[in-house]
Amino acid sequence: MSAVAAHGETIAAVSNYIFPNDLHVHWSLMIVLYPYITGLVAGAFIVSSLYHVFHIKALKPVAQFSLLFALAFLICATWPLLNHLGHPERAMSMMLTPNPTSAMAGFGYIYSAYFIVLLLEILFIFRPTIVHLGVKANGLMKAIYSVLAIGSDNLSRKALALDHKIIAFLAAIGIPMACVLHGYVGFIFGGIKANPLWATPLMPLIFLLSACVSGIAGIILTYILLMKLSGKQIDVDCVQTLVKFLWGFFILDFVFEMLEIFSHFYMATHHWHTLEALYSGPLFNTFWVAQVGIFSVIPFFILMALSLIRFKDGILLFFAPIVSFMILIQVLLMRWNVVVGGQLMSKSERGATTFHPMWLEKEGILVAIIIMVAPVIILWIIGKILPFWQTDEGTRTA
Amino acid sequence: MEDMKAIQNEIHNDRRGFLKKVLAGTIGGSLLMVYSASGQEIAEQIPGMREEDSVFTKKNFVFIVDITRCIGCGSCCVADKNEYNVPDGNYRTWVERYIIDDHDEVFVDSPNGGLDGYTKARTDIPHPVRDTFFVPKLCNMCEKPSCTQVCPVGATYKSEDGFVLVDAKRCVGCGYCIQACPYSVRFLHPVTRTASKCTWCYHRVRKGLLPACVSVCPVQARKFGDLNDKTSEVYKIMREPHIISVLKPGMGNEPQLHYLGLRREVV
Repeated sequence: MSAVAAHGETIAAVSNYIFPNDLHVHWSLMIVLYPYITGLVAGAFIVSSLYHVFHIKALKPVAQFSLLFALAFLICATWPLLNHLGHPERAMSMMLTPNPTSAMAGFGYIYSAYFIVLLLEILFIFRPTIVHLGVKANGLMKAIYSVLAIGSDNLSRKALALDHKIIAFLAAIGIPMACVLHGYVGFIFGGIKANPLWATPLMPLIFLLSACVSGIAGIILTYILLMKLSGKQIDVDCVQTLVKFLWGFFILDFVFEMLEIFSHFYMATHHWHTLEALYSGPLFNTFWVAQVGIFSVIPFFILMALSLIRFKDGILLFFAPIVSFMILIQVLLMRWNVVVGGQLMSKSERGATTFHPMWLEKEGILVAIIIMVAPVIILWIIGKILPFWQTDEGTRTA
Repeated sequence: MEDMKAIQNEIHNDRRGFLKKVLAGTIGGSLLMVYSASGQEIAEQIPGMREEDSVFTKKNFVFIVDITRCIGCGSCCVADKNEYNVPDGNYRTWVERYIIDDHDEVFVDSPNGGLDGYTKARTDIPHPVRDTFFVPKLCNMCEKPSCTQVCPVGATYKSEDGFVLVDAKRCVGCGYCIQACPYSVRFLHPVTRTASKCTWCYHRVRKGLLPACVSVCPVQARKFGDLNDKTSEVYKIMREPHIISVLKPGMGNEPQLHYLGLRREVV
């Protein structure tokens, strides 16, 4: 080793010294799930907006469903956070007495605002359906539909035209809000200068792009699965279009993820020496092998083939859900590698700790699975009230 | 069991007398505790703190660690653990041991945060040792603290007199401050489930007493005082041409914890 060492520069492997308070990883599975869930929400909303705002007609079959998908996951987005807090009973302090310089204090406001916009958009888009279903229903369901119709059963041409204007407006403001919701989640990490793996202005962008990617993949997977399960006809043109968008967003996402590492490598500040030790050590398998090798490079080429070559429908419908599932795993791995990976490095810059999630702890694997299954159950319940697909009975309106 | 029976008998025989004794003992004991804890018996350790016209917020406290003096005895860590009943595995302060061999390889360790003192030499150093020293660590009490910036509810805050403190009654236990601190001085207290860290013994300083670790250090490696007091030791040290630096100056946090004789190997 050179006799002249920069401030703090050492061979990490020699001393492997971790600050005594850095042994414990404070942000574990729950904080991995939080950006994952909000990412699915933001991405699904983008799919809906591609139809409602940008008039990508091919996406009509999933435009309604993706909003309900987003709602189901948004309902659960706070669960991992509340489970993580040492004092969840004080969570509302973040909204009532927020610290204006804290990125985290913005969450309550951004989340609530987005929730309201999403809910309003759903209610307006489904209003004709709700009115039709309300007429046929009785008992409890009738009461539910009358609440959801917000007291209006006016389906005149004039009323529907106004609805459409409101829907377009909500979808339009929903896009920047979805971007803020997830770009902001990226900033929660990107704004922490003490952590060289997190502290990059690219972090909000990477989080946002991976959100779009995971949302589109989630919609493709659930659309095809639900259609196959219910024996309905799959709209191949819709799947083809979704796959193209997935490929497009994934190109951007993957390129920026790689650019971020390459920039660190190229600039080679003293931060790179800790990052290098991390990527070649504790994160080698979860990052290079799993996230990049298996779940980025392989889906990248599958998506490219599906986008550029017109395969038979059967081949497209076979590979689309598989590649979507792989992308969903890729994004989950990315969350893991950022959230947990960033904490493995000790701020001593001389070593890394280890982290192995347990099954039965408060923030363990079992709770994580429950939190990920919950939105699916909520989606199923929503499906009992509002129809997922436009072609369903009672939804043929202007 | 025998004792219990004796006490029960006594209560049975003379309930009124027993209660009188208990009451007298309780009041007497409490008075003794209040009297001894009033601080009046301990001489003022920070000049001017107990004067009636002393304006606390006008003081500019700094902490100086002289790493050329530290002998790694661990007394400071023991005093700290006793003062705050710090749970095992968490550290408000700790002492690191640096060893540099003649190949310029640096070896750092801090077993149990140095709480047990460095009584045994390391045997795993491959080459002859060229230099060795100890570095005590504690809250850097930053002028621009990252922890207060990120705290979503303002539970961690900077007092008017420059101390970065945690209000355990407001802390939501999110751990964001722990992520943001460049010096890893914070931890989540396993009992209160709130963030915790070194306070430079704010409760002692307000009473004119030095921080616990400073008062027990046998070699004066830890120094604490008011920079506005031109007769203070810290003022003299900061004015004289010593090698003085702070940890991770590039972070821009402007710590009020200064290191005398800081070495470039220290992070």
